[in-house]
Amino acid sequence: MLDSALEVLRLQTSGEASAVEIAEQAMAAIEASQPTHNAYTHVDRQAAMATAKSVDARRAAGETLGPLAGVPVAVKDVLCTNDMPTTCSSEMLRGFRPPYDATVVEKLRAADAVIVGKTNMDEFAMGASTETSAFGITRNPWDLERTPGGSSGGAVAAVAAGTVPLSLGTDTGGSIRQPSAFCGVTGLKPTYGRVSRYGLVAFASSLDQVGPIAWSAADCALLMNVIAGYEPRDSTSLNKDVPDYTVATQSTDLRGIRIGVLRESMQAEGIDPAVQQAVAHAIGVFAELGAEIIDVDLPHREYWVPTYYVIAPSEASSNLSRFDGAHYGHRADGASDLLSMYCRSRAEGFGAEVKRRIMVGTYALSEGYADEYYNKALKVRRLIRGDYDAAFSQVDLLLGPVTPTPAFRLGDKIDDPIQMYLCDLFTVGANLAGVPALSLPGGFDPSGLPIGIQLQAPTLEESRLFFAGSAFQSLTDYHTKRPNQ
Amino acid sequence: MTQLPTTTIIGLEVHVQLKTATKLFCGCSTQFGSPPNTQVCPVCLGLPGALPVLNEHAIELAIRAGLSINCSIPPLTKWDRKQYFYPDLPKGYQISQFDLPICADGCLQIADPANPDATRKIGITRAHLEEDAGKSMHDEVAGRGDTRIDLNRCGTPLLEIVSEPDMRTAEEALAYLTKLKETMTHLGVSDCEMQEGSLRVDANVNLHIDKHGEKFITPIVEVKNMNSFRSVVGAIHFEAQRQYAEWEQTGDTIETRGKRTFGWNDAKEVTEPQREKEESADYRYFPCPDLLPVRISREQVDAIRQTLGESPQAARERLPVQYGIKPYDADVIVSQGRAMVDYFDAAALKCGDGKRTSSWIQQDVMRTLKEQGGDIESFGVTADQLGEILSQVIAGDLTNDRARDVFRHLCEQGGSVADAIAALGIEAVDNSEIEALVKDLLAANPKIVDDVKNGNEKAVGALIGQARKQNPNASPQLVRETALQLIANM
Repeated sequence: MLDSALEVLRLQTSGEASAVEIAEQAMAAIEASQPTHNAYTHVDRQAAMATAKSVDARRAAGETLGPLAGVPVAVKDVLCTNDMPTTCSSEMLRGFRPPYDATVVEKLRAADAVIVGKTNMDEFAMGASTETSAFGITRNPWDLERTPGGSSGGAVAAVAAGTVPLSLGTDTGGSIRQPSAFCGVTGLKPTYGRVSRYGLVAFASSLDQVGPIAWSAADCALLMNVIAGYEPRDSTSLNKDVPDYTVATQSTDLRGIRIGVLRESMQAEGIDPAVQQAVAHAIGVFAELGAEIIDVDLPHREYWVPTYYVIAPSEASSNLSRFDGAHYGHRADGASDLLSMYCRSRAEGFGAEVKRRIMVGTYALSEGYADEYYNKALKVRRLIRGDYDAAFSQVDLLLGPVTPTPAFRLGDKIDDPIQMYLCDLFTVGANLAGVPALSLPGGFDPSGLPIGIQLQAPTLEESRLFFAGSAFQSLTDYHTKRPNQ
Repeated sequence: MTQLPTTTIIGLEVHVQLKTATKLFCGCSTQFGSPPNTQVCPVCLGLPGALPVLNEHAIELAIRAGLSINCSIPPLTKWDRKQYFYPDLPKGYQISQFDLPICADGCLQIADPANPDATRKIGITRAHLEEDAGKSMHDEVAGRGDTRIDLNRCGTPLLEIVSEPDMRTAEEALAYLTKLKETMTHLGVSDCEMQEGSLRVDANVNLHIDKHGEKFITPIVEVKNMNSFRSVVGAIHFEAQRQYAEWEQTGDTIETRGKRTFGWNDAKEVTEPQREKEESADYRYFPCPDLLPVRISREQVDAIRQTLGESPQAARERLPVQYGIKPYDADVIVSQGRAMVDYFDAAALKCGDGKRTSSWIQQDVMRTLKEQGGDIESFGVTADQLGEILSQVIAGDLTNDRARDVFRHLCEQGGSVADAIAALGIEAVDNSEIEALVKDLLAANPKIVDDVKNGNEKAVGALIGQARKQNPNASPQLVRETALQLIANM
C-alpha cells in the first residue's frame, strides 16, 4: 500500500482507507525499518498524524483537497522545515530549527501531503554513499552490507524500504539518480531553475535542484506537479508555465521519438558488465516501443568529473562560510578569541569530506589559482553545455547508465575520495548543463542488486522524460520488484 | 631643515548609502535608528537556504548617481561574492561587484581651491553596488569584552565610488567630497549623512618626493575611521607630514613596503596603524551563483537621464540671472538640494520677487527646518503659500511682522493662508485709527517727544512696540511716520 502514491490517493477516495490509517501504517513501517536502515534523521509522528486527521476531517466535510492529500512524504534533511530540525546530517546543525519552510515544503503542505520526517544524507549533500552523515550510515534495503548511494541515500532508502511512497531529494551531481539506481527506484533531477531552491541549504548553488523520488515514473510526475514552478524568491527560478506532468505518463507510443545512445561511454573501463547489459536491454525496449535509436557523442564527457569537482567545491566553500559559530549552529566552547572560535567551531562542526571540499574550493578560488581552476572550469562547463545543445539538435532524449556499478559495499570507498567521486561519472553532465535527467530501474545484476538506466532530455522537457519513463515501465517490471525484507 | 619639494597624492573611496525603502536583496526596511535586529529576515540574516532577490530601485538609483558623475553605464553588470569572515557579515561573504561594476569611468569638476578662476577635473574609476555589513558594538561598559551584533544595516545598498588618485591637497579632497555629496543629495540618491553612516570616506594617501631630481614615492596608506569632512582634511594633512617624517627616517618607498591601513583618531588628531587584517587579504571573488547578471538597456539609461533635471552647477548659474539674487544666496539655496531649488522657484514665481523669497527661505524656512527637523518636501508652509504671503507683503496688505505671524501659524497649525490671517485677526487699519493711537502714545511719553525734537529720531522706535501691543495690525512703518509727522507739527 505504501509503495504507490496514486494507490494511496485511490484508497482514500474509494473509502477503503483513511489518511490516518495510511499514516499509521507509514509510522509502523518507519519504526520497523529505522533500526535497520536508518533512513531518517527525524520522524515527527505527532505532526504527521495531525495532518492526516485534518485531511480525513476535511474530506468528510466535503472540502476540496490538495493533489497529495493524505500521502506520506519524506523530506531530505537539507530542506528547511519550520516545525522539525534541519541538520544537513551535520554536527554543525544538530538541532537547528529554521524559522521558515523551504518553498517545496510549503508546496507539500499546501498539497495536503503528510510529511513524516526528515531523511538522512551525506553531510551537506557531499558524498555518494550517505556514509558522511553525522547521524550514522543508511543501509541499502536490497543488501544491508551495501550503501544506498548518496547523498539522498535516506530519501531513497525511505521509499525502497516501503516507509513512504514519495520522498524529496536533492541532486547536485547525481544525488537523486545514483541512490535511485542503487535502490531500484525512480528519481528525477529536474531542469535547473524548474523547482525553487528557496530553503534548500545550498551546497553548489549553480548545480543544486530538488526532485521527486518514487517507485514509478507516474508517481514522480505526481510529486513533480506539486513542487515545480516559478518562484520570485529564487532569482534562478525559471518563469515558465508548468505542464501537467501526469498527462505525459498516460501514453506509451514512442514512435517518432529519437533516442541518442552514448555507446562509447558504455564501453568505458570500469563499467560493470551487468550495467552494460542493462543499457543494451533498455535500448531494445525503447526500440520495441517505437523509438528510433541513434548513436551520439558528448565529446567533453571525460572533463565532466574534473569540471564538476572544481565548480561544486568552489561554490560550497563560499556557501558554507556562514557556518561560523557566530550566529547559529555549532559553536566551540572556550574559544579565547574570534579566530579560534571560528577555527574550532568549524573544525568540530564539519566532517572530513566537507572540510576536504571547503579546502579544495578555497584553493580553486584563491588569488593566482582562480584562472587555472575555477575560471577554466567555467569555460569547460560552457563547452559541455554546447555538447548537449549539439546532441539535442539530433535527438529527443539521451540514454545511458546512471552509475558504473551497482551499489558498492559500505566502507569500500569512504577512504578513497577519487573512487567515490567517480560514482558521478555519468550523472554530473546533466547538472553542469542544467538539463533534466531521470533514473529508472533497468534490471538486476547476477547477485540481485538493482541497476539504473538514465534518460536525459533538453531543458524543461521533464514531460518527455516522464513519457518515455512510463512507456519503459509499461513494458518492464523492474520498478515493481521489492527487496526481501 | 626645509622640506624637499613634495606632492601629496590622494584618492578617495566613498560609500554612499542609496535611499531605497528596502534592502538590496530582501524586503527589510532600511530605516536608520531602529532597535537592534528588528529589521531582519532569513535573507539578510544569512540563514541556511535563504536566497537574495535584487531590489531594482537600487539599480535605478545607482544609474542616476553614475550619470551625475559622468560615468558610462555598461550594458551588463553582475554580482560577485567578496569573501571574508567577520561576525557582522553573517553569510561569510558580501555580495558586491568585482570586474563588471554598474558605473565606470566618470569624473567630477571641482573648483580649484588654490585658484578661484580655475577648475580641476577629478577622475572616477568606477562605482559599484554592494550590500552593507551589520554593526559590531563592542560592549566596553559591561567590561566583559562582549561584542554585540546589530544586523539592521546588513544588506542595505551602498554605492562605492572610487576616484582616481587625482587630488593633490586636503582642500581638493574636501572640494571633491562637498561636490559629490551635493550631487548625490541633489538627485535624491542618498542622504549622505556621515553621522548616520550614509556617507563613508576612506582616503588613499602617499607622497611623491623630489630629492634633487630623484623621485621617491612613499608607501600607500589607506586612512579609515574619518567621521566628518573636517576629519578627512585633518587626516590627510597629518598623514602627509607623518609619511614625510617616516620616509626621512626609514627611506621606505612604495617598492619596499606594501599598502597599510591607518585609522584616524579624532580626539588625538593623529592617524594610527590599524591591526592588519590578513596578510594581503584574498577575498576570493567569484560570480554569485544565486543572482543573474543584470542587463541594462540604452533605453533604460536614457529614460533615467531624462529625469536627472538641472545639475546643481546649472542651478547655481541660473538663479542669479533669472531672479537677480546674489551668487552667494543662490549657492546657499542650491546646497540644500533639488527640493529646495524647486521650492524657491515656485515661491519666487508666485510672488514675483526672487530676492525677497531668497531672504525668507534663508532666514525663516531654513531656520524653522533646522529647529523642527524634517525636509522641505514635508514642510508646513508650501512654496505656493510662501509665495502668497510674500505677494501680500509686496502689495502692502501684510507687514513683515504680520507675515511672520502668518508663517509661524501655518507651521504650527497648517491650513490655508486665508485661514491663518483670519485666525490671527489680521485686518487693514486705516490711517485715522493709527493717528489717534499715536497721539495717545505721544501724550503718555513726553520724554520721547523731547528726544526726537532734540534730533534723536531713533527714540520713536520705542513707540512702535507699544503701538503694536495695542493694535497688532498697526504697521511699524506707518506708526513711525505718523509719530515723526505729529512731533514735527507740535
